[in-house]
Formats: sequence, structure tokens, C-alpha cells
Amino acid sequence: MPAMPTPAIVVVGHGMVGQRFLEALAERGVAERARIVVLCEEPRAAYDRVQLTSYFSGRTPDDLSLVEGDFMERHGIELHLDDPAETIDRAARTVTSRAGRTFTYDTLVLATGSYPFVPPVPNKDAAGCFVYRTIEDLLAIEEYAKTATTGAVVGGGLLGLEAAGALKGLGLKTHIVEFAPRLMPVQVDDGGGAALLKTIERMGLTVHTGTGTQEVTVDESGAVNGMALSDGSVLATDLVVFSAGVRPRDQLARDAGLAVGGRGGIVVDDQCRTSDPAVFAIGECALASDGRVYGLVAPGYEMAETAAAALEGSLEGDVKSFTGADMSTKLKLLGVDVASFGDAHGAADGCLDVVYSDSRSGVYKKLVIGPDGELLGGVLVGDADSYGMLRPLTGSVPPISPEQLVLPAGLGAPVALGPSSLPDDAVICSCHNVTKGTIRGAVTEHSCTTVPEVKKCTKAGTGCGSCVKVLGQLVNAELEASGVEVDKGLCGCFGQTRQELYEIVRALRITSYAALLDSHGREAAKGGNGCEICKPTVGSIIASLAPTIGADGYVLEGEQAALQDTNDHFLANMQKNGSYSIVPRIPGGEITPEKLIVIGEVARDYGLYTKITGGQRIDLFGARVDQLPQIWARLVDAGFESGHAYGKALRTVKSCVGQTWCRYGVQDSVKMAIDLELRYRGLRSPHKLKSAVSGCQRECAEAQSKDFGVIATANGWNLYVGGNGGATPRHADLLAQDLSDAELVRLIDRFLMFYIRTADRLERTSTWLERIDGGLGHVRDVVVHDSLGICAELEALMADHVAGYRDEWAETINDPERLRRFVSFVNAPEVPDPTVKFVPERDQVKPDLPVLQIRTLEGTAAR
Amino acid sequence: MTIAPEKTDTQVQLRLGGEWLALCSLSLLTPGRGVAALLPDGRQVAVFLGRDGRSYAIDNRDPFSGAQVLSRGLVGSSAGRPFVASPLLKQRFDLASGDCLDDESVSVTSYEVRLGTDLAVDSGSAA
Ligand code: SRM
Ligand SMILES: Cc1cc2nc3c(=O)[nH]c(=O)nc-3n(C[C@H](O)[C@H](O)[C@H](O)COP(=O)(O)OP(=O)(O)OC[C@H]3O[C@@H](n4cnc5c(N)ncnc54)[C@H](O)[C@@H]3O)c2cc1C
Ligand code: SF4
Ligand code: FES
Repeated sequence: MPAMPTPAIVVVGHGMVGQRFLEALAERGVAERARIVVLCEEPRAAYDRVQLTSYFSGRTPDDLSLVEGDFMERHGIELHLDDPAETIDRAARTVTSRAGRTFTYDTLVLATGSYPFVPPVPNKDAAGCFVYRTIEDLLAIEEYAKTATTGAVVGGGLLGLEAAGALKGLGLKTHIVEFAPRLMPVQVDDGGGAALLKTIERMGLTVHTGTGTQEVTVDESGAVNGMALSDGSVLATDLVVFSAGVRPRDQLARDAGLAVGGRGGIVVDDQCRTSDPAVFAIGECALASDGRVYGLVAPGYEMAETAAAALEGSLEGDVKSFTGADMSTKLKLLGVDVASFGDAHGAADGCLDVVYSDSRSGVYKKLVIGPDGELLGGVLVGDADSYGMLRPLTGSVPPISPEQLVLPAGLGAPVALGPSSLPDDAVICSCHNVTKGTIRGAVTEHSCTTVPEVKKCTKAGTGCGSCVKVLGQLVNAELEASGVEVDKGLCGCFGQTRQELYEIVRALRITSYAALLDSHGREAAKGGNGCEICKPTVGSIIASLAPTIGADGYVLEGEQAALQDTNDHFLANMQKNGSYSIVPRIPGGEITPEKLIVIGEVARDYGLYTKITGGQRIDLFGARVDQLPQIWARLVDAGFESGHAYGKALRTVKSCVGQTWCRYGVQDSVKMAIDLELRYRGLRSPHKLKSAVSGCQRECAEAQSKDFGVIATANGWNLYVGGNGGATPRHADLLAQDLSDAELVRLIDRFLMFYIRTADRLERTSTWLERIDGGLGHVRDVVVHDSLGICAELEALMADHVAGYRDEWAETINDPERLRRFVSFVNAPEVPDPTVKFVPERDQVKPDLPVLQIRTLEGTAAR
Repeated sequence: MTIAPEKTDTQVQLRLGGEWLALCSLSLLTPGRGVAALLPDGRQVAVFLGRDGRSYAIDNRDPFSGAQVLSRGLVGSSAGRPFVASPLLKQRFDLASGDCLDDESVSVTSYEVRLGTDLAVDSGSAA
């Protein structure tokens, strides 16, 4: 075969659609056969613009990246950052970049996206004026907002509301100025706009609808100080964000003589080819063959697939076409659900609306029904739970009446519409165009058994995330249909989940494991010994609720002793040779020289191996079980108490040195860490709990990797939750900002008690937050906005815990009865275990172990 | 858990060869947990009391780690039979037979135990 010349593909623009196009080329194997060059104007590779605002809730630019690991290297793609294309020479088939590089192409792909439209008002470029499109825009806004107190957003559409939410989050008093008579004029109708307005005003934002911006006013230094509005009033503001729509970036194409639409956009055909067959245009810069420019990512992705297929086709065969797309969207704006789909404005002939509206609670739902009863589209504001089900039904006659579909659950809606009523070709995930049939196939043919597996297999749910709930329902329905029993029970002894057992124990005030097993266990388990899964779980539930249900707060009291894991049973951590480690609590990591000396003396006297832990305290290893009480007697005497290193309980609250010493500190982080550690010490929970407090944004205490982390701000404290180190690290999410000391503590009280109440066994806050229905938004609704009305109860539970705390070690060493278990041999209490031996290592000791090949039991090791 | 006064004199006895050896008073056992005892030849046994009041004894050595720790594991029931889960790596052992429930190729010695009143308790000085 004669050697084929390698075709060259040049891509201009590395945004969301550009990256998707590269992935499509890679999936089709084209990347391996072609030389691909990408010119990227921004200083960073493609990132998730849709999730841009999540930067303000703690996602870093890296988290937002869309380029996986070594994707570029693996597929031999040349990416030039910070180097936009400046000219195209179609005759020579070359592109020249700003840095002066020239590339020859066989195929050119334009994916230049849009630019924000800024109305031509005077001073629109003054210092303090911004747009909202790139990470760089956000960084600039964040910096400027540090010196500002008020902000105004021009434009009350989708992006305007997001920008307003960001300004509010930055602590600014925020205004929204919208020219149209309602918010989100493109997506929702008047009724929806009114519901949205109510809710947004209730959050403390000021909305000016039906108002235009005539001029930005500036002070002597040229910086923004206000806006003159069309109603004659002047709005004082330090910062302005323009968000008045976007325009396709087609200048490069215009200059190169390609056809563009009257109102902008590069003209393309069904295959996304421009007027020059060697040039494609995809994404927001393209004017599709149905005459529309799409400002959403899903249609852009479809164009990327279409262009990649066309390109492969020109090398092989097989084509795909893009003739238009669905404009459905579901968003959470400022915490309000807003969705619109299909013919939302009822433009079709003979269609009728079915509307439910409750402006008191800010809920508005409208369905547009065609003459034959088919669902054409709709608008949902305030409660968009049914979006995932309704959108795929568009075009068909719903199985239950539209009146019932708009009624809120509990208000007469008899049957919730399940995903089983959808046809196989219904598109469940519109971001990735995945049908119900494909999702079912992932379960039946590719043997996926969990939502994460199905996500990986089909890509469904990995875009905007709005379909994940329906996805979960489908996967479970399919598993059940294929005979897989989805038993959600805790273990072989209990058919209930941990959360259900918690509620049973709390409501019935059951203080005994045996009583719980005999009354609520599975039939076959009643009267038995239980098992190693449910015993510690129930032990932990009883311990968390002890003061409230009237159980003994001492975890080794009576029957509770038999429930505890081995480590809790001896109030110490067992090591590989059967010896124990000792971890005294050192709140916040702060310790006096005297106490340090005591630790040193104890360790020396008992020959213990001593190490500074990763949790800012000191671990003493190698104590025999019979030495534990003597060692603890000395530690308790010196003022130490249990560090609960053995318990599923609060471990440490790490601190940085903070304001007292550090030149950057803005609050007393050490004091706060100590206060928090003392408040929550001894709190039994589904898994261990860790925390940290940093004195400023530099975050030396690594608070964002903790179950609850606190970072000082000039105005108070920011609270982050759901962080995790370990094998699957997760950055914590911002729960609330600028809290006072009292607000912070109150919010943590609620958060921890809500977690303890609803989490599964051995579920850290990170996995819990990912698993729980509604995720962070739901948790925030419950603990910040008290949406379930349980906050008073959660606070009372914590108050009970705080009041009931007693040091377990002090209680133990003062009671001869309790000390009886701390012997190596029941029949020879004075004899130390001769098999616990040590050998020297680096001036200390280490266990002397028989050489054995250790076999681990998969899944249960090292807990 | 309070133990009825008449039971406090009851002994846990273990069969060694043809002899019965008194280990300790029953009152020293907690239902659902174990204790370790030292045999005259230096071996260690793990003695357990089930919820049904029956007692069991198996070798104290965890064959997976070599450490003498089985007495400190959690007791449970599987298919009606009591077991202990090793505190180190969690393998389960049937208390009556000593068989490992998670690896058929492994088992530990099990001992016959009874409750009695007539023997003098060995002080363990044999060790
Ligand atoms: C001693 C220490 C290592 C050290 O020498 O520094 C340690 C030792 C153990 N860690 Fe750890 N971890 C220690 C800090 C950490 C940290 C760092 C931190 O806390 O800042 C992490 C990552 C942060 C986190 O938890 O998110 C950490 C993540 C883990 C994990 C993984 C948790 C996860 O969610 O993925 C386990 C396994 C588990 O808990 O299931 C674990 C389990 C363990 C156990 C309990 C394993 C076991 O069952 O034997 C070890 C007990 C040691 C003992 O006997 O005392 N250890 N471990 C540290 C004690 C800190 C303290 O003062 O309490
Ligand atoms: C805050 C925000 C929220 C959004 N929310 C949603 C949402 O919820 N749902 C939804 O569907 N859509 C949403 N969008 C819209 C979505 O981000 C866009 O539809 C999508 O990014 C379009 O992808 P694209 O690749 O066409 O354009 P872009 O992602 O804008 O990428 C174009 C890239 O090309 C670069 N470029 C331009 N000219 C050149 C040149 N000459 N040389 C080199 N590079 C060049 C640009 O710098 C840019 O990086 C949102 C947008 C924003 C800003
Ligand atoms: S987090 Fe800030 S205050 Fe704390 S030590 Fe680091 S720089 Fe200093
Ligand atoms: S619809 Fe956006 S991820 Fe599925």
C-alpha cells in the first residue's frame, strides 16, 4: 500500500465544544491517523464553563478542567495555550496565530464560542466593569470585590442570575437590572418570572425589571461608582457585571470570507460544514441549518459529534447530521430550581396551558399541551423535580393527566410518574444524548450494577447532572427486573438501613442491642448473637443518642461493652502484635511544655515507641493490655483525656497558628479549633470525624480536606463540609460564609447531628454528601434554611451530648470493676502476655513478629 | 448485666487430654465477648460466653497474623452458629469447631468446655 500522507486538522478554540470534538476524534480513532493542532486563546485548557460559578463554592480551576490526565499526549494532540488564531488563508489552507506560528490544514474546525454582549453605554470599560464568561473574569471580579460593598448585574437572564448569585456570595449587596418585564425572559413566561422574582427578593437581592441601563458613572479616579437607569434614578454601585446576552465569535470567519448570518453566526450545513467544505464550525459560533445559534452546551456537543463523524466519513463512510436541537434547560439559580423544555412559550397552533401557581412558596409549573393531548413543553420554577421525567415525555401523550402532573406531591397527585412509563427511545440525558434503552442496556448487557458504573459506561449524568435522579431510578428498576434483589438492609441480622435503625432507637428509646435485635431483627437472627457489622453500628447509635434516650453515656457499660469493636472495648488501638497504642487528646494541636514532658516520661518509663501523627498529636505505641490503665492513670493525672483514636468519633481538630502569631492571620484559629475539639469530643458517629481551622485563606491547616473545615475571613468564618483525605480524597464544599462564632458552632451542631442521623455505617461525610438525595443543596436547605423544621431538635441533641460528655479513661481508671478486663489472662491476672515482644529500631522499639504471609479478607481489612 | 448470685460460684472448665481444668469464675465473662486464658503448657485459649449462656473455647492465636488476639474479637451468629471475628483482619472462626468461615483451608483448635463447681482454679503459675 502506498503511504498515505497524514491529514492535518487544525482546531481553533479549546472550549467545551472544542474539547468534545477532540474526544470524538479520539473515540473514532481519527486522532491516531491525523496530525491535530489546537489553538487556545485562554491561558488554560478547556474547562467546564457550565459549572463556572462553582468556583465560588470552592471548586478550583483544576477541578473544572475537562481534559483528563494525559489525554493530549496519549493522542498526540498539539495544544497551544494563550495563542489565538489571528488570520486564516483559505487559498493556502493555513492559519496564523498571534505568536506568529503558521499551520497548514486539510481540515479547519472553528469552535470559537461566543463573547458577552456589552451594551454601548458610556464608561462601559471603566475600572470595575466586568463580564462573566471565563475563569479569568471570575478571578478579576473576586479580586475587585474585596474592596467593594455593592454590585450590580446588567441582565436578568440565565447568566445574569448566576453572576448575581456569585456577587452575593462574595458578600456584596447585589442588584439585578433587567430590561424585559420579567426575569429569565427567554426561558420562562410571566407566571414563572413572577415566582422567581418572589424567591430571589426573599434572598435579599434587589431586582429592577423593565429598566434599562443608560450610563455607568465614574469617580475622579475613573472607577465605577454608579449606574444611571432608564427610570431616571441612579443606582450607587462599586462594581458592574454585564450579562446582557452573548454573540457568536465569527470575526475570524468573516475576515476569511466565510458566509455568516445576518445576525451573526458562521453558516453551516447539516454536517456542520461552512461555505468552504474544508472548514467546519461547531458550538456557539455556528449558525445551524435550522437557522438558529445555540447558546447551550448540549447542542454544541451534538455538533462536535456530527463534525467528527463527517470527518471520519471523508476518510471512510457513514455520516450523521445536525439539524437542530432541544433547548431544554434545568438550572439551580441562587438555590432556586428553574427548568424549561420543549415549546415552553406555547407557540404551536391550538395548544393549551395547564398551570399550577403558588406565589407564597415560589412554585410555578406550566405544561403546554397540544390539540391531541400530547405534551409539547413546559416551565417549572421552584420545584423542578419532575423535569427529568417530563422532558423525555415531550411529544407523547403522558400516561396520567397533565393536571395531576403539575400538582405538587401530596396535593392530590395520586401516582408519582415512574421512569418505567417512558419509551426506550426517550432521551434521559440530554447533555450526552443517552436514551433509556442505552441505560437499560448498560445494566442488562454490560452488567453495571451501580449508578457510577452506568455513568462511566454511558456518559449519562456526567454533564449538567440534572438527569441523575431519574438515572438512579432506572438503574434500580432494571436491577430489580433482572432479579437482582436490592436488599438495603444493614447486614444479615437487620433488614433496616442504619438510618432506619437510628430512627427506631430514637423514637422507641431502645437502649439495648438484644432488645432491638429481638424486636426488629430479621426472623432468623432474632435471639442470636448478632454479627460484627450490626453490633458496633447499634453500639454507636446508642452512644450518640445516650443522653437523649436515657442510656448510659459510658460506652463500656453493661451490654454496650459487648457491642464495641475491639479498639473501643479497650479504649485503645490494637496493633499488629496484639499490643495497643495510646493517643491522648491534644486539642487543636496546642500543648504546654509540661505536658510534653509528661508524655516523654511516660513513654520512656514504659518503653513505648513515640511518633507525631498526621493529626497534630502524639501516638505512643506498644503498650500491653495490662499496662493501659497504669499508663492512663499517669496521663489523666497530668490533665490528659482520651483522644478517641479508637472510636468512630471526633478525632482531631487541627489548627494553624493563626492571628496570634502569623502575619496573615485574620482570626484566632487555634482558639476556635480548641473550642470545637472540646465541644465535639466523644461524639460517636457513623465514621470518624475530622476537622481543622485555618487562620486565613492560605489554609495551612488543610481544612478543606476535613469532614468539617473552617477558614477564617475578615468578617468571620467560612464553613466547608464533606472533605476527605484517605484513598478517595475530596475537597470540601462551602456550606456558609462569614459566620460569627455562635453561628458557626450552631451550624456545625446541626450539620453533624443531621449526618449522624442519616448516614450509613462507615460512610464518611464525603460519601454521604455525594449519596444523599439532593446532595449539598439538600443538606444546606435542611441545616441552613431549616427546610425540614428539625434544626431545633438537632441542636437539642447536640446540647445533650455536650452536657453529657465524660472522659472515658478517667471513668475507667477510677472503677475497679471496669479495670478487671485489662488483663492479659483471666486465670493469671498478674502474668503479662509473653508473646507481645519488641526488638530495637532507630533508638526505639518495634513489634517482634513471627514471619507470616498475611492474607487479608477483601473489603474488610484495616478498619 | 447482673449475674444472679448463685451463678457467681460457677466455674468455666476446659478439657485438656483426659482432665478438666478450671479456668475462671463464670462471672468474669461478659455475654458476647471473650477472655484469654493461659494453659499450663504456655498455650493460650480464647474463652467465650454466647448470648444463650453456652460457653466456647478455641485457640487464642490468630493464624492470619500470628498474634494472640482472637479472645478480643467480636462474637456473632452466622446461620445460627456462633463465631468470633478476628480483631486484626476480621476473618471469622466458628466457636464450636474452630473452622475459619472465610477460608476453608484454615482452622484453629477448639476445646471442650463445661460449667462446673467442683475444681480448684489454677492460678496460672504453671507459665
Ligand atoms: C496514627 C496515624 C498515622 C500517623 O502515624 O500519623 C493513623 C493511623 C491509622 N489510621 Fe489514619 N492515621 C492518622 C492520620 C490519618 C490522616 C491524616 C489526618 O487526620 O489529618 C488521614 C487522612 C485524612 C482523612 O481521614 O480523611 C487518615 C486516613 C485514614 C483512613 C482512610 C479514611 C478514608 O475516609 O478514606 C483509614 C481507614 C479507615 O478509617 O477506614 C485510617 C485508619 C487508620 C488506622 C486506624 C488503621 C487501623 O485500623 O489500624 C491506624 C490506627 C493507628 C493507631 O493504632 O493509632 N486512616 N489517617 C494518624 C493518627 C492521627 C491522629 O492523631 O488521630
Ligand atoms: C456562567 C455560565 C453558565 C452557563 N451555564 C450553562 C448551562 O447551565 N447549560 C448550558 O447548556 N450552557 C451553559 N452555558 C453556556 C455554555 O458554557 C456554552 O454553551 C459552551 O461553553 C459553548 O461551548 P463552545 O466550545 O462553543 O464555546 P466556549 O466554551 O466559549 O469556547 C470557545 C473558546 O474559543 C476560544 N477562542 C475564541 N476565538 C479564538 C481564536 N481566534 N483562537 C483561539 N481560540 C479562540 C475562546 O477563548 C474560548 O476558550 C453557560 C455559560 C456560562 C458563561
Ligand atoms: S492559614 Fe493563614 S493564618 Fe494560618 S498559618 Fe497559614 S498563613 Fe498563617
Ligand atoms: S442531562 Fe445533563 S448530565 Fe444528563
